[in-house]
Amino acid sequence: MEKLIDQIKQGKVWPFPGGIHPPGQKQQSTTQAIARLPLPDKLVVSLKQHIGANGKLIVEKGQQVLKGQALTKPSGNWSVPVHAPTSGLISDICPMPSAHPSALPELSVIIEPDGEDNWCELNPVTDAKALSHDELVDVIHQSGIAGMGGAGFPTYVKADTRKAIEFLIVNAVECEPYITADDMLMREHADGIVAGIELMQQLLSPQLTIIGIEDNKPDAIAAMKQAAQHNDSIIVQTVPTIYPSGGEKQLIKLLTGKEVPSGSIPADIGMLVQNVGTLFAVNQAVYEGKPLIERVVTVTGNTIHKQGNVWALLGTEIKHLLDCQGFSPAPQQRVVMGGPMMGFTLPTVRIGVVKTTNCILAPDHQELAEPGDEKACIRCSACADACPASLLPQQLQWFAKSKEYDKLNEHNLFDCIECGACAYVCPSEIPLVQYYRVAKAEIKEQQAEQIKAERAKERFEARKERLEREQEERQNRHKRKPAAKSDDEKQKVADALARVKAKSDDTDSKSAVAAAIARAKAKKQGAELEPDNSEVAKERAARKEQARKYKEQKALEQGEESVDKDDKKSAVAAAIARAKAKKAAQATESQAEAEEAAPVDDKKAAVAAAIARAKAKKAAQAAESQTVAEADSAPVDDKKAAVAAAIARAKAKKAAQAAENQTEAKEDSAPVDDKKAAVAAAIARAKAKKAAQAAENQTEAEEDSAPVDDKKAAVAAAIARAKAKKAAQAAENQTEAEEDSAPVDDKKAAVAAAIARAKAKKAAKEQAQSDESSEQLDDSSDTDDSKPQVDEPESSEDKKKAAVARAIARAKAKKLQQEGNDKS
Amino acid sequence: MTLFYALIALGSLALIFGLILGFAAVRFRVESNPIVDQIDTILPQTQCGQCGYPGCRPYAEAIANGDEINKCPPGGEATVKKLADLMGVEAKPLAGGEQAEPIKTVAYIREDECIGCTKCIQACPVDAIVGATRQMHTVLIDECTGCDLCVEPCPVDCIDMLPVKETKQTWKWQLNAIPVTQVD
Repeated sequence: MEKLIDQIKQGKVWPFPGGIHPPGQKQQSTTQAIARLPLPDKLVVSLKQHIGANGKLIVEKGQQVLKGQALTKPSGNWSVPVHAPTSGLISDICPMPSAHPSALPELSVIIEPDGEDNWCELNPVTDAKALSHDELVDVIHQSGIAGMGGAGFPTYVKADTRKAIEFLIVNAVECEPYITADDMLMREHADGIVAGIELMQQLLSPQLTIIGIEDNKPDAIAAMKQAAQHNDSIIVQTVPTIYPSGGEKQLIKLLTGKEVPSGSIPADIGMLVQNVGTLFAVNQAVYEGKPLIERVVTVTGNTIHKQGNVWALLGTEIKHLLDCQGFSPAPQQRVVMGGPMMGFTLPTVRIGVVKTTNCILAPDHQELAEPGDEKACIRCSACADACPASLLPQQLQWFAKSKEYDKLNEHNLFDCIECGACAYVCPSEIPLVQYYRVAKAEIKEQQAEQIKAERAKERFEARKERLEREQEERQNRHKRKPAAKSDDEKQKVADALARVKAKSDDTDSKSAVAAAIARAKAKKQGAELEPDNSEVAKERAARKEQARKYKEQKALEQGEESVDKDDKKSAVAAAIARAKAKKAAQATESQAEAEEAAPVDDKKAAVAAAIARAKAKKAAQAAESQTVAEADSAPVDDKKAAVAAAIARAKAKKAAQAAENQTEAKEDSAPVDDKKAAVAAAIARAKAKKAAQAAENQTEAEEDSAPVDDKKAAVAAAIARAKAKKAAQAAENQTEAEEDSAPVDDKKAAVAAAIARAKAKKAAKEQAQSDESSEQLDDSSDTDDSKPQVDEPESSEDKKKAAVARAIARAKAKKLQQEGNDKS
Repeated sequence: MTLFYALIALGSLALIFGLILGFAAVRFRVESNPIVDQIDTILPQTQCGQCGYPGCRPYAEAIANGDEINKCPPGGEATVKKLADLMGVEAKPLAGGEQAEPIKTVAYIREDECIGCTKCIQACPVDAIVGATRQMHTVLIDECTGCDLCVEPCPVDCIDMLPVKETKQTWKWQLNAIPVTQVD
């Protein structure tokens, strides 16, 4: 170790294999000092300008921001904040083309400068030695510093490394042609850079700090030597000019003779490399409190009138940089971000400067010719000689072309730094680096997919397991259920039965409709003598027995009082009547029975009939509950039964009318509300219609089964109608409720819309099915041509209708939503 | 006598080898057919059921038992090729005439139209949909395999299968592409 440090101090360098010597083209841009540009009209600050995650946005559109104010807040996972480069108004926050070969949009904050350039409150540190390690790292983190050499690796991560660092290497090589940003920075701000180096030394405490500078920058070497004079642990090492000595791994090899193993990072062998620009930014952040909001950018190329370096605010559009430096574009002008070797052609010049933008190159066609057509590889192996990573570019090329990714991995494709040296020397102009980049992207994608597939498999398996478990649990529950039922549930059932009994026992007045139903039933059963539920009938019979006894007594009393003349006869008649009434009661309540019993003897009959009728009435009362009023108005004559039925019908009609009225009233109030109501009402009406239809069907069925008595049918129909009306009313009420709340909550409108959509879908599906079935019909019954012919056009028409209905429903839903939005 | 010795010698040899074989059968026992696992890792694990089997592993088992290797549309030609290499059979074009390079899609729920019926949740083979009854549902895009199984059960047709958005990480250099410049 001591020996190594001695060797380094003596100025020894360890050349890396390969490398090329492209023309430097640096003198054009080093003649002038770093210029300051006028404020641009707008700044497009991309939220992601580094490797790692975005910070969390903490500003909003329309907000006034001050220069240096943080726009995002870091939230772990290598996230680094970005800051407002100048004071002004945030005019928009939206995805904008990013500084990437694809120019894929990246969320950006667009700031319109107010021209004041007001700084926010800065917290400079005067005595950095007093800061703890964590505090210093936090300052670097919050200042948004990321590697400014090109990769954009978050500096705070490097500064906070837990590994022992032996050598801090300062990358001031700047090996790529044209770029002079670091060179000029060193010439002008060597002190600031050294201060930054010392802060890093405080954080990492390396044994030695080596500043590597290529020998084509004598001014920078002198300036740095001057600035670092006071610090013995800093060595300025001059390295020969060769591309790509500025590569991290190449520089480590060059300055220390050590190689970073494949797949590991420099920190693994006790090395840490920082760019001079980054170190200057660290110095600015700590001693002046200024976050990273500007950087030096070389604007060069033959189409630029004033070639040189500028301080560019992050987010300044490339167009502004070019315009300020006098840009006279040639036809089919290319603008390259980065150097000619590793840079990329920008798809548009309306891209903001980012933390890693070190050069904007606008070459004319002579200095940077368009690549010619790719020719066949002649296996000259010049690429292998030039490769600084000791790879076999030619082999990699073949494998990349044939997509043999396993072989590519075997040949260490991922150690390729994409420096472009191989393509530079290739006599066949094969875009080798492009092939490698595509292959790398493919491999990465495959790996990501593999990981995703693995996770999907895990989730699928977990779900399967869960479903199985749930099913098992359900089965277990079923097994346990009967035991539980024996105690609790049975008790509940018994209770419920008892309650039902109690309810049916008391005969308080129910609705007229119910009475009508009861009577209709009685009449029907009386005529047809159809015993239905035998148990219920028995129960009823028992109750009737009791009622009968009571009635008998009463009638006897009456008879004793009023009809004293004919004791025996009346008794006989009463007995007959009783017997008949009993029969009637057994066959469930009946009035018709009484009618049959009536015409034996005039007087007797009158009494008996009265008794019988009363009994029948009572029986009906006990069974299905009849109003007392009706019992009071119980007729003397048997014709009155018909009257009663009529009354009942009238009542039913009345009820129906009332329902209708109500419906109408509801309907009246409905149109007042908005269109939502209309939709809902339509649904309700449809429902009502359906219900009515169902009722009608029922009625028809009843009519079919019992066509003997028209009146009964009429009653039943009336009942059905009443029911339908009631249903309609209920639906309307529901609708009403919906309507009431609908305007308040646009969610309900959404619900209604969803229902409409669901219905539309269902309709469409049914249609499709019926279509299919009709088609099947078509297929199967070739002999019978008439039917399918009739069916098909209809169904297609229906299909169309369904589609139209669906469209309408969707449109309505949309409208509703809009209205809801308007209201809210 | 010689015959007797020969019988003993051969018998004992047979016994020894039998014991060795029996031991090996127990000691080096293979739990399941390893080919099924290999096939399963090649399959894309979308669990979409487009092959006619309830998931990727059942299909892997079916392939191991001699089923066709070209029934996996989400895997595309690449999967068929890999399976052909593994199984030592001829690679075939995809059954059903699907395109060779399937476009990767993920499900998106139009959330304002979702009625919260949970039907898609029950359909999702990888539990990538979250939501509760009468609550809005949403898809965990990172977990979605793009299997389409949730689209059909939706009563209000509010699920869209959208192609996966290209990001800077997934973007690839287009070789032989005509360079496009945006004109300002």
